[in-house]
Amino acid sequence: MSATETATGVGAASAAPRLRLPLPSRRFFTASRSGLKRAHFEQTWLAALLLSPQILILLFFFFIPSFKALSLAFVQTDPFGGRTIFVGMQNFVELFTDPAYRNSALLTLWFTIVQNLATLFIAGVLAFATDYVIRLRVAYRSVLLLPYAIAPVISGAVWAYLFNPVVGPAAAVIHGLGLPWDPNLRAGDALILITIASVWKHICYDYIFLVAAMLAVPQSLREAAAIDGAGPLQRFFTVSLPLIMPTVMYLFIINMVYGLFDTFGIIDAVTAGGPAGSTATLVYKVYQDGFIMLNLGSSAAQSIVLMVLAVLFTVLQFRALDRKVNYQV
Amino acid sequence: MIERNPVLTAVCHLILVVGALLVCAPLYFAFVAGSHTGPEMQQVPQPMLPGNQFLHNLAIAWETAGFGRAFVNTVLVSCAIVVGKIALSILAGFAITYFRFPFRMTAFWLIFMSLMLPVEVRIVPTYEAVADAAGPLRWLLQATGLAALVQALAGVDVHAGLKFSLVDTYSGLTLPLIASATAVFLFRQFFLTIPDDLCEAAKLDGAGPMRFLRDVVLPLSVPNIAALAIILFIYGWNQYLWPLLFTTQKDMTTVIIALKGLLPGPMDPAEWWSYAMAASFIVMLPPAFVILALQRWFARGLVDAGK
Repeated sequence: MSATETATGVGAASAAPRLRLPLPSRRFFTASRSGLKRAHFEQTWLAALLLSPQILILLFFFFIPSFKALSLAFVQTDPFGGRTIFVGMQNFVELFTDPAYRNSALLTLWFTIVQNLATLFIAGVLAFATDYVIRLRVAYRSVLLLPYAIAPVISGAVWAYLFNPVVGPAAAVIHGLGLPWDPNLRAGDALILITIASVWKHICYDYIFLVAAMLAVPQSLREAAAIDGAGPLQRFFTVSLPLIMPTVMYLFIINMVYGLFDTFGIIDAVTAGGPAGSTATLVYKVYQDGFIMLNLGSSAAQSIVLMVLAVLFTVLQFRALDRKVNYQV
Repeated sequence: MIERNPVLTAVCHLILVVGALLVCAPLYFAFVAGSHTGPEMQQVPQPMLPGNQFLHNLAIAWETAGFGRAFVNTVLVSCAIVVGKIALSILAGFAITYFRFPFRMTAFWLIFMSLMLPVEVRIVPTYEAVADAAGPLRWLLQATGLAALVQALAGVDVHAGLKFSLVDTYSGLTLPLIASATAVFLFRQFFLTIPDDLCEAAKLDGAGPMRFLRDVVLPLSVPNIAALAIILFIYGWNQYLWPLLFTTQKDMTTVIIALKGLLPGPMDPAEWWSYAMAASFIVMLPPAFVILALQRWFARGLVDAGK
């Protein structure tokens, strides 16, 4: 916590007052001093040498591919010949009028929001409980952190097994209650299953951040509230929660990014987008259309849509981080 | 000291126990499935206690999916990602905080932009970049007219000859994953907190930038490096989409891909689940061990890295 504050102090001295990052201004191409140590070195050649591996690797594996994605989105290529024709916005028009794509977008929205809120709520309850108890705190934390180490594919595999209609113990319980359950055939069941697997895998991340944020709430404020007669729950809602709200906002955005992009492994292991495309989220569809159907134009247009979303969430994430610093007393 | 409510304390312990059970129960049942034979698991009621077939199932899974080679590959790739990313990030972070040079802000923004697009959104073009790593170079040669010049002088068609693919290579598995700037920002933030006096003192004593990096900055960064190493190791170990695209041969796969290959589809015999669950345990063991053993470093580092 204190590290960021100090860093912000140093960085903000010469940059814009609110934004932590030095803004691209007219000083963009000059040797501006924002984010530079007061005591520094001047050897240009050495700096270039130190930076070159990072810049080169970004150039080859980030900038050139991203630029290619941009250009591919406006052409159509046939998968065998390699002839390309410039088609303007046609790929996008086809994309947005395609009912399968709109279904996928709606499904992604539903999945991401439900996953997000469930993760935040469960992690919040667990963080509150961890903050309140004194004994066994470390033991609980160790166990609750465990899913962080588990790959999305494995989380998917384990939940797919538990709810497998033939061999899964959890599915056996559901069938025992007389309810229908088959994620291989019923779209709703498949969606519930990937949501559960995604939430289970991600609770630990939110939990770590919330526990750290709760620890940073000044004890004096809680004691003052306690003297005024506020009970533990009231103290949480009126003192701790407003102070950790920036962390909650930050996690909300991170959870959206997780739901959008990082659940690929879970979906591929549990449903492979099925049944009948009912769990193919936007990222999964890029993969399906680009690598399995080899429809590169459409896939590139989809990549652009995702890029716009990703940039949007990154900007929001940095704004949430600014808030976080500003709230701290 | 704030009053303690015994009822609420009990409720909180209950919540945490339920939470811990929700984390452990799926893993426990997966272990039970992995330690029984297929027919045993299809009895009604299903066994609730672990059986003694775990090693047997594991041996079958190990043979079928080729885990021996996959483990070697995954260890190599994860370690390359950890070492490569940390080394590049420290150098780049050091350059943009401790040096004044033209285009410093341009470099900063170039690196910052790469934070915005996760690998998942640009899979198709990145695949092409890796499958044809010499492509940009070829384009450059042609655009500058060098290719035509060489052909005229030496009679060699550089344009056609200059092709190499990183598919099914270790570089193809690691390099695109190193190309992201999160760690550069972690180090930049940290370097900004190092007191200026240290650098002034080092300069006064006649130390150059590299000496200062080695003797002052690196020792101070050890906690950050350790935390980042844990996070990156888990990140590299659990990669799925990259290796899925970039490996076609069985002897280049990683453990996660091998495991995915074992998962039975709806039509496959149900006893495969026992092999897949036994294999899951072995695959998740190394990262789980890292988390449990180095938890202190990890939790702090994750919160810092998120900032």
